[in-house]
Amino acid sequence: MKKELIRLVDCSMAFDGEIVLNAINLTIHDKEFLTLLGPSGCGKTTTLRIIGGFETPSSGDIFFGGERINDVPPHRRRVNTVFQKYALFPHLNVFENVAFGLRIAKLPEQEIEERVHGALELVGLKGYHRRRVHQLSGGQQQRVAIARAVVNRPQVLLLDEPLGALDLKLRKEMQHELKDIQQQVGITFVYVTHDQEEALTMSDTVVVMNYGNIQQIGTPVDIYNEPINAFVADFIGESNIIKGVMHKDHDVSFAGRRFDCVDVGFDPEQPVDVVVRPEDIRITAPDAGQLRGTVNSVTFKGVFYEIYVDSPGYEWMIHSTSAPKVGDEVGLSLTPEDIHVMDRPDLFPQGAEAMTMEEIDPSPYDEEKEEAPVQDGDGL
Amino acid sequence: MKRRGGLLTGPYIVWMALFTIVPMLLVVWFAFTGEDGRLTLDNFARLLDYGAVFWRSLGLAAIATVACFVIGYPLAYVLSRETEAVRKSAMLLIMLPMWINMLLRTYAWMSILENNGLLNQLLSFLRLPTLHIINTPAAVALGMVYNYLPFMVLPVLTVMLKIDSSVIEAAQDLGGNQATVFKRVILPLSLPGVLSGITMVFVPSVSTFIISKLLGGGKTLLLGDLIEMQFLGNTYNPYLGSAIALLMMVIVLISMALMNRFGEGEEEVVVL
Repeated sequence: MKKELIRLVDCSMAFDGEIVLNAINLTIHDKEFLTLLGPSGCGKTTTLRIIGGFETPSSGDIFFGGERINDVPPHRRRVNTVFQKYALFPHLNVFENVAFGLRIAKLPEQEIEERVHGALELVGLKGYHRRRVHQLSGGQQQRVAIARAVVNRPQVLLLDEPLGALDLKLRKEMQHELKDIQQQVGITFVYVTHDQEEALTMSDTVVVMNYGNIQQIGTPVDIYNEPINAFVADFIGESNIIKGVMHKDHDVSFAGRRFDCVDVGFDPEQPVDVVVRPEDIRITAPDAGQLRGTVNSVTFKGVFYEIYVDSPGYEWMIHSTSAPKVGDEVGLSLTPEDIHVMDRPDLFPQGAEAMTMEEIDPSPYDEEKEEAPVQDGDGL
Repeated sequence: MKRRGGLLTGPYIVWMALFTIVPMLLVVWFAFTGEDGRLTLDNFARLLDYGAVFWRSLGLAAIATVACFVIGYPLAYVLSRETEAVRKSAMLLIMLPMWINMLLRTYAWMSILENNGLLNQLLSFLRLPTLHIINTPAAVALGMVYNYLPFMVLPVLTVMLKIDSSVIEAAQDLGGNQATVFKRVILPLSLPGVLSGITMVFVPSVSTFIISKLLGGGKTLLLGDLIEMQFLGNTYNPYLGSAIALLMMVIVLISMALMNRFGEGEEEVVVL
């Protein structure tokens, strides 16, 4: 196993009596790309700021290479940050922005020059060193911010939603570039985002957070395929989440019907959450499926159609490459492997009962994706 | 649209023409004419006699500006890092004297600085040697600093508050301790405010006449006093007065142009 680099032990944070971080424990390994993922207000940025030294935890400890660093100020930590809104120095040109940390470290002029140009080349901004910051586009400013941080060769790079202000296409490009940069420079990245796709694309480890608690830590594949609870399932990718009852092993009922499933180990007659991914539901002839319903809406999403089917007690979301007509009677078919049964935990501790699952937008960038009008006919 | 714009700005254009442009032209006209109404450069030749007054005015205004910077800049820096509540009360205290009539404030300073004034009474009560301040250039400079200090604090504070806190955090993140962050980030980014402050203190200081009259006792003759004398005094000479005023305006314009150049690339210096 890789070497441990940073460890947070029972770290809590409260602002004005409001708990934003609830005794979290987290270990970050050397050269790992770790992403803190969650909706706004989940405590992910606070966690990052504790690592960066901009906040001191109200209680708990943070260790860096085995040494307790609670009281070490930011300028004495071997981490550098890429800030959300770039935070470039407006009075300095690109070269001086990137050279800032090196000049403070009083490196010889020749080394500064070499390292700055190397860093600018790394982020694809060779030849931009004389530009003024405000002459650059958002994407270019973001690259300068990355160069300014990595040029100091920190052990850990902290990135606070660094791609949040970029448009969709640029964001996708930068995701791959960031991953490349991380592999080239070979340092630990701690990345904060609320974009689940970004987290799945880039990370070695994803930490899903909500209401100041860590919900699940795992590889992107684990988190997607085996979400630990309905919140994670809903936040990572889209899901149908429906309340059900686990009668005994392999026997669950929901949506007014009993289903076979692969899950075991629940109490008899335990109330559970049942999660079904929209791409796992097959549309059949009205009488051929286990459930039946009426097609409510069909939206073309590019690779697939997003179809909503109204069936008694639940409106199912289905992703399919072929589309029925709005108003059609259809059947829905599920295999036991498509059904994921989960404990229904207390998702919202500390009186945070106000927010329901529907209010948490799992993919805030959806509205930017191009949506073609609903198509009539049989589709492709 | 264009026509409506013209209509809306009409009143101001008339106002400006009547009360800014015409008087300006009159000043220029007077400066270049003699009592006989002929064009002449005599007025400017006579200015040479008043070289001492020019240097005294510029010198005292410079001293007052530097003093305002030395007092005002650290204050603005401290206030910019305070909580909003503290900042607001401090601002109120800074602005408060400005709401009291300037003449009254300056009279108050007279009674403080007089040979038998409050200051010397206090000093003799403490068995310390008394000071002779009233009617000296020092008293005039003190009056300038007192009256114009807010004009240094306010623009500097405004610019400092606009500095994004994440830029300061970025500087700390890159290894800067408090002194380095100040030197490399806060000071250069607050420069536009300093330039505004310098302009806003220097320009009224160089042309003041009431402060030097009351606190300088007529011994510290400044440009403002000189101009006043030409128009209201026994030496009535609006031609010479206009020439002095014109020269002063040129000096002010040149110094502001230099300032703007100095602050190039930053925000434009606020001009009075």
